[in-house]
Amino acid sequence: MIPELGHFALSVALAIGLLGAIIPLIGAQRGNLLWMSLARPAARAQLVFIALAFLALAHAFVTNDFSVAYVASNSNSAMPLAFRISALWGAHEGSLLLWVLLLAAWSCAVSFASRGLPLAFVARVLAVMAIISVGFLLFMLVTSNPFLRQLPPPVDGADLNPLLQDFGLVIHPPMLYTGYVGFSVAFSFAVAGLIGGHLDSAWARWARPWTLLAWCFLTLGIALGSWWAYYELGWGGWWFWDPVENASFMPWLLGTALIHSLAATEKRDVFKSWTVLLAIGAFGLSLLGTFLVRSGVLTSVHAFASDPARGVFILAFLVLVIGGALMLYAWRGASMGVSASYATTSRETFLLANSVLLTVACATVLLGTLYPLVLDALNLGKLSVGPPYFNSVFIPVMTPLVVLLGLGQHARWKQDRFATLCRELRVPLFGAVLLLGAAVAAISAARSPRAIFGLALAAWVIASTLIGIVQRCRARQAPWRAFFALPAAYLGQHLAHLGFAVTIVGVTLVSLNTVDLHTRMAPGDETDVAGYHFKFVAALPLQGPNYDGTEAQFEITRAGQGPLRLSAEKRNYRVRAMPMTEAGIDAGLTRDLYISLGEPLDGAAWSVRLSVKPFVRWLWLGAIMMAAGGLTALLDPRFRRVSARRAARRNDEQRVTS
Amino acid sequence: MTPRRKRMVIIALCVLGVGIAVALILSAFNQNLMYFYSPKEVASGKAPNNRPFRLGGMVVKGSVERGTASDLTVRFKVTDFAQERTIAYRGILPDLFREGQGIVAIGTLDAQGVFVASEVLAKHDENYMPPEVAQALKDGAANKMAQP
Repeated sequence: MIPELGHFALSVALAIGLLGAIIPLIGAQRGNLLWMSLARPAARAQLVFIALAFLALAHAFVTNDFSVAYVASNSNSAMPLAFRISALWGAHEGSLLLWVLLLAAWSCAVSFASRGLPLAFVARVLAVMAIISVGFLLFMLVTSNPFLRQLPPPVDGADLNPLLQDFGLVIHPPMLYTGYVGFSVAFSFAVAGLIGGHLDSAWARWARPWTLLAWCFLTLGIALGSWWAYYELGWGGWWFWDPVENASFMPWLLGTALIHSLAATEKRDVFKSWTVLLAIGAFGLSLLGTFLVRSGVLTSVHAFASDPARGVFILAFLVLVIGGALMLYAWRGASMGVSASYATTSRETFLLANSVLLTVACATVLLGTLYPLVLDALNLGKLSVGPPYFNSVFIPVMTPLVVLLGLGQHARWKQDRFATLCRELRVPLFGAVLLLGAAVAAISAARSPRAIFGLALAAWVIASTLIGIVQRCRARQAPWRAFFALPAAYLGQHLAHLGFAVTIVGVTLVSLNTVDLHTRMAPGDETDVAGYHFKFVAALPLQGPNYDGTEAQFEITRAGQGPLRLSAEKRNYRVRAMPMTEAGIDAGLTRDLYISLGEPLDGAAWSVRLSVKPFVRWLWLGAIMMAAGGLTALLDPRFRRVSARRAARRNDEQRVTS
Repeated sequence: MTPRRKRMVIIALCVLGVGIAVALILSAFNQNLMYFYSPKEVASGKAPNNRPFRLGGMVVKGSVERGTASDLTVRFKVTDFAQERTIAYRGILPDLFREGQGIVAIGTLDAQGVFVASEVLAKHDENYMPPEVAQALKDGAANKMAQP
């Protein structure tokens, strides 16, 4: 009964979506206040019904209702409760339900947090989001309904892919999806602005917090995915340039360009058309990511066996939404009016250069991701583009970006003098050299030309950022008081840039200096890796709720340090008869020790992977700092206060014009 | 410089930058394309000798031989049901590597015609067959049926 209610709730949500898409849009064109005011309640009601559907499916998972086909194929009564719930988004249908739930949640949030905005604008934004939700709900109901029954029900479920039975999967998809879907808000703001014909700095100010919030979630989501891959896939990689990873990374690159371009649009009324294009592009790539992952065209952990009808549906939807937005852009783009002027040496130029570089980086990833698919679809041969391509292209594009980031932070808006800027940058440059020298002296891993190059970039960003803050405070009469009075947006920006530098340090050192040993070890064997002494103590049998396996215990010693115990597991999940590697990891700020079991060899021996990974935590630490920076900036009262004031003024104007 | 000339210089610099970027990207792209070949295509000499490619097929039952030393060398054969090819690999095989399972290996051919793999991929699902391998197996089997 409950699954049918869930199915019914989805259908109702579709109907509400249709109403919420059509009526407010017409109302906004005609200036009909009643029709426009339907947008907010429709968004809220839609959230209620989608949440009901979500709860209905969650109920089926919790109560092990294997008469629901989706539950039967992705859950098992022996699975722990937390994984039974997260299995909801472990496969195609459920993750789509999560997608629409989050979309409805964002719409609802917009409906509540948009009181100061003109009604016509809000009506259009919510209508565009409703159109997107209609597309996805239709897709679910037609091709991938999670509530379908399977009669007679199987005795027990087919279990969830063991790789996905993990805490990382409990939080990674919701986080990533919140980011993906969040770009729909920026997209809807852009489309609404295009329809209404007013894309100005006020528009950018409204769009900024939403875009920033979505970007924070996406940053965390990608970092979580990388962390999960690191400890769960059993070979210690943290980024594979896998198409599915690229699918989440491309919106992030454009989203990063977008938040910077939006800042310039808001402050200086420049790059308006560029910003709009970025907003359309970022969400377009989110949709493309969904298409790539869900259509089954990709061969990866994430690609669930699925029929091509689904892929075609999403592709058609993608073409419709993004093509429509671009046509609207071509038609209305000219109405945006002239931009303010700025000099060649100014912060605007640096921001523009960086957002162009980010776009180029995104385009290279897109080329490497799509080219094999296109060639395969045209039957021109099967090929793949390996990580060496991405590495060799990405670094040359990111290097100027990092250099310009350090410069741009010190440049003034509108006009700066190149000579003055150079003079001001002498201190940060000196600081960066000192920092680099200290790093090279302290970290033995940092003494190769390539490591020094990477660390120099990071040191440049760190010095430029910190000295920027110091200079700003010292210019005031009471520096310390000035420090604590710094606006949240300013602090957030600098925190995020520091996070970026921290990630660069992590990427550089872990890529260049990981020591990795594959060897054969039996209990009692000892070996040395990068100054650490590993001893295989014992191999013990292991019993889990839905798996058995072997636990290998190791003892690690290093000169002057006591022994450290670490155990790695090899599990065999009973239902799917699938082996899984659980790595033993000792995390540290400057290095991780990583042990994973390969396979049993003759006798009691195992093939074992032992790794020492310097500074690998910095990768994710930096991502957390970036997201924290974004969230800090969101706290800036400026966004709320000024937007309310400006909106009030706009509202008056609107009344006069319409 | 007049603003006009300044603008021209900037545009020229941009065009130059984009040109360099495109050249870099395309050359890197070209160097790193990896084609997929089935054992039959390798046998007929279609696969390149000097650059890495991907070889896929089903691991032949009973063909897996391990080295005795501690260096984890392993040799096994893959088949597309038309031809077989020996693959040599040193290191830890993925969890789902099994006899009778479809795999993809990345590597180069040595002088004896052995495929020396730097990486062996078996996907994370017991029912999963890499699409290239599935296609190669289908083609190979069809070929064999047509021959006798």
